[in-house]
Amino acid sequence: MSFGRETMHALRDNKLRVGIAFLLVIWSLAPIYWLFVSAISPSSELSAYPPHWFPENPTSDRLGAVLSNEQVSSGAAQSMQAPGVFFRSAMLNSIIVALATTVLCVSIGTVTGYAFARIRFPGRGLLMLVPLMFQMVPPIALVIPLFMIVQALGLIDTIWALILVYPSFLLIYVVWVMSGFFASIPRELEEAGIIDGANRWQVFTKIVLPLSKPAIFSTSLLTFLFAWDEFLFALILTTREAKTLPVAVGEFSSQFGIDFGMMMAGGLLASLPPILLAIVLQPLLVQGLAAGAVKG
Amino acid sequence: MAKLSRMERQEALFGYAMTLPGVLLMVGLIIGPLGYAVWLSFHQVNFLFPGTPFIGFENYADVLADEAFWASMWRTLYFVFVSIIVQVTLGLVIAEVLHQAFPGRFLVRVLVILPWAVPTIVNGNLWRWIFDGSAGALNHLLMQIGLIETEIIWLGDPFLALNAIIFADTWRMLPLYVILFMAGRAAISEELYEVASIDGANAWQKFVKITVPLQKPVILVVVILRTVWTLRVFDIIFAMTRGGPANGTMTVTFLAYFETFKFQNFGYGSALAVMIGLTTLALALIYIRLLGAPQGNDQ
Repeated sequence: MSFGRETMHALRDNKLRVGIAFLLVIWSLAPIYWLFVSAISPSSELSAYPPHWFPENPTSDRLGAVLSNEQVSSGAAQSMQAPGVFFRSAMLNSIIVALATTVLCVSIGTVTGYAFARIRFPGRGLLMLVPLMFQMVPPIALVIPLFMIVQALGLIDTIWALILVYPSFLLIYVVWVMSGFFASIPRELEEAGIIDGANRWQVFTKIVLPLSKPAIFSTSLLTFLFAWDEFLFALILTTREAKTLPVAVGEFSSQFGIDFGMMMAGGLLASLPPILLAIVLQPLLVQGLAAGAVKG
Repeated sequence: MAKLSRMERQEALFGYAMTLPGVLLMVGLIIGPLGYAVWLSFHQVNFLFPGTPFIGFENYADVLADEAFWASMWRTLYFVFVSIIVQVTLGLVIAEVLHQAFPGRFLVRVLVILPWAVPTIVNGNLWRWIFDGSAGALNHLLMQIGLIETEIIWLGDPFLALNAIIFADTWRMLPLYVILFMAGRAAISEELYEVASIDGANAWQKFVKITVPLQKPVILVVVILRTVWTLRVFDIIFAMTRGGPANGTMTVTFLAYFETFKFQNFGYGSALAVMIGLTTLALALIYIRLLGAPQGNDQ
């Protein structure tokens, strides 16, 4: 009898789990679905009641408007200048800034992380504490002085300012994760290289780096996503030409109010690259997030 | 310091050479600017007035006497503690569910992470639209299923708006907790659960007596990390309410942003920013005292 009861329990537990998982998926996807629907619904359907959960006349007008030079002819957006011009440049800025920041932080951070993890030198203990302390520095305490410095350098509203400033919060992340990773590689591999007559730099580039590819990829992915998401620095250091996507998507408002439809169209386009990356590179994403937190 | 051998000296030199670029960047981007911020906080720096006279602790005294500062500080701490308690609890439970095998688990794990991929600002805009008083999806949904008669202006009431932002933040950040707690859960031996089952423990008892205590190190790291991050909350507030209505969602970082970049009060804003940093440090130290030191980088 007890066997039958356990099977019943297992079945019930399984049903319960599938039920909870189903609710979780709805919870996770419904807002993203609404982002998509709002981006493709005509204005009349956007505010209709009863609501059109599935748009009757889906349109790509807004997505087109966000990407083109044409005037938007509907509703509140009428008074705006062609949104596509600045939105496309924001998209390009975001891609360049995120990529450049990733290359800069991952290359320098990997080398620094290796030295922290493996090379003995006086003062190393103190240096290794520093990234931990820096995690606690609030960005607002950096953005105020950095704004004045960037202004003095004449770099306000250039993507150079952003590329130069983003390592202030991303380099620490890379150093931390990579040094944790290097510390987990068995020392014997490096010692074997030394015995074979390689110098320390060769050991690093020929033996350690090839082993580190997965860690470097996952760290790069996370660095890219963090840079893509960054808002405060971009808000303050750019005014027009160098705006990134997070700054640009908030600006679909006019004297008549907020144009939520345009806002959602821009938001959808800004979300597509990270969402696609998160789906395709899911294991790397999970690994990078876990490493960053467990180590930091 | 003991004299280094030739090989040790070479090793040390190599170490300095490898750390130099990273250290230079950190000095230029963190230590230098931080020092500058502290300098600014002791001076009157306002573009409306010429000169930058030294005024000692006057900015700090002003901050401490400023009701807006205390109100925003309490608001921020409310945001930090409510969001972390809700998110840690939900994260632990969801991680437990997703840890078990069930049909379609792989797909569920992929989909559940997606909210985290939505950029913070887009997330804020999206929920501002969902919470919209007149045409928002939430009001329409609640009216359609008959839970409310008339629209609720979610973002129109200061306290309601603050909680709505916590809700939106929770939607986006929950995947992070789930990922970290799932990693922690995978490290707990299944034998413990089997033994507990034989002793007749139910799922809830196992969760409370085994999972939660053994996840404590992960919980501590997550709580410290999220406290440090949430204390600086800015983006989502900018997107959803800009600190309004009636300053009901004005957090400390937002106040510092306002004072500095709207009122051009760089000295005062810097003093506020330094206070935020000191609060962060104090909270981290209190946590470590109360809950024990987190396990560091394994060397």
